[in-house]
Amino acid sequence: MFALTKNPIVIDDLLAAVADPKAGATVIFLGTTRNHNEGRDVEELEYEAYAGMAEKELERILEESRERWDVVRIAVAHRIGVVPIGGASVVIAVSAAHRGPAFDAARYTIDRLKEVVPIWKKEHFAGGAVWVGDQAGEKGSWQSTKPAKNSAGEG
Amino acid sequence: MKIHIRLFASLRERLGHAELDREIQAGASVADLLAALESEFPALAGCGRVAYAVNSEYSDTSQTLTDGDELALIPPVSGGRGKLTTS
Repeated sequence: MFALTKNPIVIDDLLAAVADPKAGATVIFLGTTRNHNEGRDVEELEYEAYAGMAEKELERILEESRERWDVVRIAVAHRIGVVPIGGASVVIAVSAAHRGPAFDAARYTIDRLKEVVPIWKKEHFAGGAVWVGDQAGEKGSWQSTKPAKNSAGEG
Repeated sequence: MKIHIRLFASLRERLGHAELDREIQAGASVADLLAALESEFPALAGCGRVAYAVNSEYSDTSQTLTDGDELALIPPVSGGRGKLTTS
């Protein structure tokens, strides 16, 4: 399950989505908006997504996770629009029979999400705003990296 | 043929458009359309690193476009740490 939402993420909804009698462990990762970055006091964060492609790329990541680890269910929700400081911008829930694969798959899912899923983050701070990763003036292309093989548990 | 272009985040703001439709000759590649866009929007050349997606799949600039395709210009995603390639 993957949801892009303009509303606050309801963690209980993700827990319900991964609940399964076969699960003995459930791991939740919360990405929350931080009040500082690179020396600036951040006042709020704003997220923009390429809907359609974001879902497609995220679904691919979930397939990769399921191939690598013995997980039962994975659910992901990501906020778009303005998220106040301290709010959850992304939540990942993974259930598995045992905790090891649940932790590993959650880690992998958030790492890959940040590498390839077309979602952008804009920091608003006193006196301005900047898109994270924007490097105007740099030439060339950035390329979404392919998943590294045999990287299970790497970190 | 007509290509639908999507612009996001910093690119959307710098070019002042979220979406564009442009005509280009049959058989044109992503690179051909980008060259035309850079003539129309000189600011595009200074917009930093960009990746491309055709119909929601990451693509390289040699990919041939077909009528009705959607080309997305994708600035570094929020991790911002995509591997840099020079093209």
